[in-house]
Amino acid sequence: MTSRILALSLLFLLASATMAWAMPVAEIVERANLASYYAGDDGRSEVRMTITDAQGRERQRQFVILRLNLEEGGRQLYYVYFERPADVRRMVFMVHKYLEREDDRWLFLPDLDLVRRIAAADKRSSFVGSHFLYEDVSGRAPTEDRHELAEETAVHYVLDVTPREPETVEFSRYRVWIDKENFLPVKAEYYDRGDNHYRTVEALEIEEIDGFPTVVKSRVMDLEGGGETVMEFASVRYDIGLDQSLFTERYLRRPPREVRR
Amino acid sequence: MTRLFKHMLPAALTALLLLPLPADAEIAGVQDYFYDRFEVDLHGFTEGRGGLRLDREEDQRDASIGEARLQLDFSRWLGDGELRLKTDLLADGVEEELKLELREANYAFSPHPDLDIRLGRQVLTWGTGDLLFINDVFAKDWESFFIGRDDEYLKKAADAVRLGVFAGPVNLDLVYVPLVTHSTYIDGSRLSYWHGGRQQIVGRDEIARDKSRNRVFRDSEYALRLYRQQAGTEYALYGYYGFWSTPEGMQQSSGRLIYPRLAVYGASVRRPLLGGISNLEVGYYHSLDDSSGRDPLVRNSEWRLLVGHDRELARDLTAGIQYYLERKVQYNNYLASLPPGAPAADRNRHLLTLRLTRLLLQQNLTLSLFVYWSPSDQDGHLRPKANYKISDQLAVEVGANLFRGSRDHTFWGQFEDNSNVYLGLRRTF
Repeated sequence: MTSRILALSLLFLLASATMAWAMPVAEIVERANLASYYAGDDGRSEVRMTITDAQGRERQRQFVILRLNLEEGGRQLYYVYFERPADVRRMVFMVHKYLEREDDRWLFLPDLDLVRRIAAADKRSSFVGSHFLYEDVSGRAPTEDRHELAEETAVHYVLDVTPREPETVEFSRYRVWIDKENFLPVKAEYYDRGDNHYRTVEALEIEEIDGFPTVVKSRVMDLEGGGETVMEFASVRYDIGLDQSLFTERYLRRPPREVRR
Repeated sequence: MTRLFKHMLPAALTALLLLPLPADAEIAGVQDYFYDRFEVDLHGFTEGRGGLRLDREEDQRDASIGEARLQLDFSRWLGDGELRLKTDLLADGVEEELKLELREANYAFSPHPDLDIRLGRQVLTWGTGDLLFINDVFAKDWESFFIGRDDEYLKKAADAVRLGVFAGPVNLDLVYVPLVTHSTYIDGSRLSYWHGGRQQIVGRDEIARDKSRNRVFRDSEYALRLYRQQAGTEYALYGYYGFWSTPEGMQQSSGRLIYPRLAVYGASVRRPLLGGISNLEVGYYHSLDDSSGRDPLVRNSEWRLLVGHDRELARDLTAGIQYYLERKVQYNNYLASLPPGAPAADRNRHLLTLRLTRLLLQQNLTLSLFVYWSPSDQDGHLRPKANYKISDQLAVEVGANLFRGSRDHTFWGQFEDNSNVYLGLRRTF
């Protein structure tokens, strides 16, 4: 009996050691994707963006973001309620995110009571005029890139990532540092077609919230044109029981209580 | 130059007074006071806007627009609902008057999880067209649209009850407007138009006189929409019972314009297609006061059709095209009823539109162009615009409303002398 337990424990130890030793790249990527964009079944946070241009002029964006996962690592619903600046106040941006096809996006313009469907499908365009791109906010499907383990340090997996369809993106490759403990990507350096490092995205502060390691402050630096955007998350909560019906036209026209402060 | 000065001066002065003052901190102080004291969110803007005609006729003014505006937007959560009050104070230098306009005053709430109610003055919009409206029969302000006010002012608010019912597989919107809100049309007071009786373009010397409907609970509008979204496709059915939103009739005895009765039945579909968003909308306009089409004084019934496609051409550059058709139903009766010598409209009015939108300078500069062009009427309307956000608070906008037509009596052709350019500066808080 004792010997069997010993043997099992040994086997288990061995197995876990091997796993830690050489976690497959695909699994690192998958876990990083889940940790970054799929924490909990749903989530809510209040976001403040500070956009600084090359001349040092600042602009602010403030919005409440609601997210619901329909499948782990797959379909998601996003609801973004703008509060600042005043000229975009009460506007709502809603996304139904799919992996197998283009996302559905809507914009609600409150002054005209108008629900507009957005044709813009380019996920590498700026999110609300900031240095963050749509894909930085809602995630980039891991299947769109090739990943290679460049290095493994004591605390990070360092991956080299190249796009499968280079003509659809503005980068030729990027290198990303993933925290080995919580699988959050903590830094990504983007290279253009001339292999110049032109853009850095980094997590500046991470906190554990409701059991989920969460980036509460991040920054994008534009090394080429100058300027940067800092994004801060406040009042982050997970698993609050958001209903799927919230992500429909009804709540574009009538903001739900979940966006109230 | 002196003419220009005379008309623009009051507005320019008011704008100067309003725009730089008060300071940011003072505005924030007032906002904080309202929030702390009454839990009321206060926002709004001050704006100065001026514009000139490019080509002036004798009975028209130089200035197409010259005004200063203060908008105050109060909102407060109350129970499960929200209370809103949005009001504009307008110093209009062209009409030389001070106006207070209530844009919104309503309470939106949910007495039941499957029911939304909005009660009071509100803006109502539905349908799939881009600056073309078939099943959205709600009141518009075409004058504001043509003189270069912000797009917000194209929609007029109505005093209405709006119910949304969300039980079952199909959603239902019901709108009741106890007293119809008419559209603001081009009546000659500010913009000139084609006068069918005089067979010429007229302006301030011949301001159209209409007879507004005024019996509350009797001159009412009813509108309904059934809609559903499935796998990214949006389907809708519409119904409307009320009145032509612009005066499409004339009272023989007084010669005044009237608003004949109208019913509209329609449907729309919108979905991603061919790498963009496509939409199709149809409507049947039943002119209830002229069902046979024989009354020369009331507009005939017609079919309306709209097909549109919207897509991204490149990063931060989008384009939209639309084809729109108005088809008279009893065309022969229409022809037979025309007074001798009057120009006859075609059975079909075809209209094409193009929208181009380009975002530049980290999306702070928006360049846009909207074109209406009718191959059947050989006329059109061009709306170029540039909007630059100087800061989060301050935005400057310059644009033009250009009208062209080979004949004076066509829809856009009649407005040719109204072509104008405008400049606006807005500060939001």
